Amino acid sequence: MILVLVDHDRGELDQLSLRALTAARKLGQDVEAIVIGKEGAALAGIVGEYGAKVLHVATHANLTDYTPMASGRALKDLVEKLKPAAVLAAGSPRGNEQLAHLAAFLDLPMAAECSEITLGSPHHVLRARWAGNLIESANVHADLLIASVLAFSTEPESANGGAATVAEFEPALEPQDYAVKVLSRDAGESKGGVTLVDAKVIVSGGRGVGGPEGFGQIEELASLLGGTVGCSRVVTSSGWRPHAEQVGQTGTKVAPDLYIAAGISGAMQHIAGMKNSKTIVVINTDPEAPILSYADYAIIGDLHQVIPALTSAIRQAKG
Amino acid sequence: MDVLVCLKRVPLAGGTLILTPDSRDIETKHLGFGISPHEENAVEAGVQLVEQMGGTLTLLTLGPSDAEEQLRSQLAIGATRAVLIETDGQEWDPQGTAAALVDAINAEETKFDLIIFGAESADSAGYQIHIRVAHALNRPIITNVKSMKVENGVAVCDRVVAAGREHYEVALPAIVTVRDGLNIPRYPSVPGRMQARKKPVDMKKAEPRVPKLEKVTLALAPSKAKGAEVLGNGADAVPALVEVLKKIGAF
Repeated sequence: MILVLVDHDRGELDQLSLRALTAARKLGQDVEAIVIGKEGAALAGIVGEYGAKVLHVATHANLTDYTPMASGRALKDLVEKLKPAAVLAAGSPRGNEQLAHLAAFLDLPMAAECSEITLGSPHHVLRARWAGNLIESANVHADLLIASVLAFSTEPESANGGAATVAEFEPALEPQDYAVKVLSRDAGESKGGVTLVDAKVIVSGGRGVGGPEGFGQIEELASLLGGTVGCSRVVTSSGWRPHAEQVGQTGTKVAPDLYIAAGISGAMQHIAGMKNSKTIVVINTDPEAPILSYADYAIIGDLHQVIPALTSAIRQAKG
Repeated sequence: MDVLVCLKRVPLAGGTLILTPDSRDIETKHLGFGISPHEENAVEAGVQLVEQMGGTLTLLTLGPSDAEEQLRSQLAIGATRAVLIETDGQEWDPQGTAAALVDAINAEETKFDLIIFGAESADSAGYQIHIRVAHALNRPIITNVKSMKVENGVAVCDRVVAAGREHYEVALPAIVTVRDGLNIPRYPSVPGRMQARKKPVDMKKAEPRVPKLEKVTLALAPSKAKGAEVLGNGADAVPALVEVLKKIGAF
């Protein structure tokens, strides 16, 4: 049996977890899922649709919000009871973190960001390194494989399954497991509306925008397309835009339907964060800029002329 | 306040990576070395804490003896001293690395109030060493911190999530991992560089363990590079782009 940690934020499903469920099904064994916190029980329908027969719900008075060490303990309790062949989760910051706590509790190896998994003795994985620019072929020497599934490596596919059977259990938490927990949350730098991760359209600006005031036209185009603003690392380290908008390995990894990169040359760490976008459009003065080799379409020219012209053309076309 | 920052020497790869003939490592003959971006923020945070509150900042790394270069350059930023756990030059797996770090931390006379890691290494990105160290030292850990204040023995931290900012508080001693954006790392001053040459770097040895996460080979990721269709130059190309956006249903 393969056990998949399905992550959720206060009951809201993490979409990458559906990809982890899909990857788990490909291993040819029964799939069961675990959610942390009783709000997760509401996910039995979708988790079942994606192939899990049983949804184990870890409930405890102190499991009220994201507490990764407690997640690790709950996973450990369930693993010791069910003895799965593998525990998988999404290769997201939270997925990796909760699995790492499990691995630390059990003192077992963990392979993060796997694009391919073969169970065996030893287990074998392909995993991403260097922001996805290198693929490591690795053996995992342990009975239980603990691995996270590289974001965007597997397309989510429904198994048309019925709702999973809900099985609640109470993990034997220690006080230190929930010593670190969320005290409060606010909207922070995000202005509400669409977040980078969820955006269908992202218009990103780089060094070529020239300064904070240049982002007015980027914002205008983004909102016209129903999208949101992104930027490169140099933009946030220059203080032009908040860090919450940074796309890349050290910012947010995204895969929208449309990614427009204006005045971004394409450092490796930026490419790593956006190369999975469905359609990539580049606006750049330099026809040799590295980002062009990852783009579908390009306009060679100054974004300060192209973007205002594009904005008014789209307005006209929309009528 | 005594702070420890853990670092990793990594090659500074520019555009294209090249592998060694045995496909087990990156060819570094023509590359410089540095530390991961998040780790520069970790050192800066440590320097600021010691400036405000007094105490010491120790750097710890595991790697080849050449990693002394990275320790010296961070000592120049304002750290007090450094410890280098010298390896056989091979890459160690996460469990072996974490165990060696824990042994080195336990061997220190200083009981560090705060241990800071970068959120992820530029090269291997295993997402686990900091958590293994936290478990072994029985300390609480907060990861991916984007802002941090330390007051009255409590670290007040924020992390950025899709929904905004989450606030955490944890009593010291604790471990945090920090992200790019936490602060703006300073450049070393000339006097800082001079002093760094004389600061102590303790060399230690540790025995490698049989890796349980065993690297076999590396390969270059199949390039998703498509090669863009150039629609034209300047604003004249806008109508062609509008057609493309219509075709893909962007509006």
